[in-house]
Amino acid sequence: MAIEVRIPTILRSYTGGAKVVEGTGDTLSDLLTDLDSRHGGLKARLVTDAGSLHRFVNVYVNDEDVRFLGALDAKLNDGDSVTILPAVAGGAFGFAAAAAIAQQKVASAAPGRASTAR
Amino acid sequence: MLSIDRSIVDAIVAHARRDHPDEACGVVAGPAGSDTPTRHIPMENAARSMTFYEFDSMEQLRVWREMDDRDEEPVVIYHSHTATEAYPSRTDVSFAGEPGAHYLLISTREPDTEEIRSFRIVDGVVTEEPVRVVDAAVDQHAVQSYMFGQSPATVDYECSGR
Repeated sequence: MAIEVRIPTILRSYTGGAKVVEGTGDTLSDLLTDLDSRHGGLKARLVTDAGSLHRFVNVYVNDEDVRFLGALDAKLNDGDSVTILPAVAGGAFGFAAAAAIAQQKVASAAPGRASTAR
Repeated sequence: MLSIDRSIVDAIVAHARRDHPDEACGVVAGPAGSDTPTRHIPMENAARSMTFYEFDSMEQLRVWREMDDRDEEPVVIYHSHTATEAYPSRTDVSFAGEPGAHYLLISTREPDTEEIRSFRIVDGVVTEEPVRVVDAAVDQHAVQSYMFGQSPATVDYECSGR
């Protein structure tokens, strides 16, 4: 069972320069563990210490953003294609401030409900 | 140094002005390895914010695939700061994930002039570089250079070696 994984430029130092690698796994998490066994360090660039997908990357299964498929629990099948891209984001404010604003928006969009971390 | 055609700079500035006071963002693609930006792709700011920008992840996938199919790469990644200077914030540096790209920042805080500056951001290190605007439509050899800290109408500080 093989899943094709497209690696962005910034992470190709972990794959010996390869743009496409193959791996196996029933979930995205399993796949990243499998890849990390051959490309040591790759998983740490994609998954935070707390065990969630890093904010700085976008991961797609076929044409879907994995954030809508259960993130690291996203189910994978033989022949799937996984694409990793650097998230393109930024802005004038510090990240903490931007996150606070995003939370405020969540809170104001759902009045009467306490804002919860996304 | 970033060399970029004036018509592309004008289109980027127009995009930044159009979305002001929200931040505008986009890409200029170019043939892989050429270091030449040729195809301007304005992107949606999914954050729709005055202080934050974020590519829509699905639009990014489509655009990045299209570049791949055309053997292009993101030569320039740009965004605007609408109330502050055109210098990468800490957030910009944390997110900078294209080591080969020129990160172009446009400040639209002044209503009549734009500050346009370019940076390399590699492994968290920001290096400013001169921007050379090429007037291809008028005269292939006519070149106006905006050096460090300069914008078209003002000179913020001198750069040696000109």
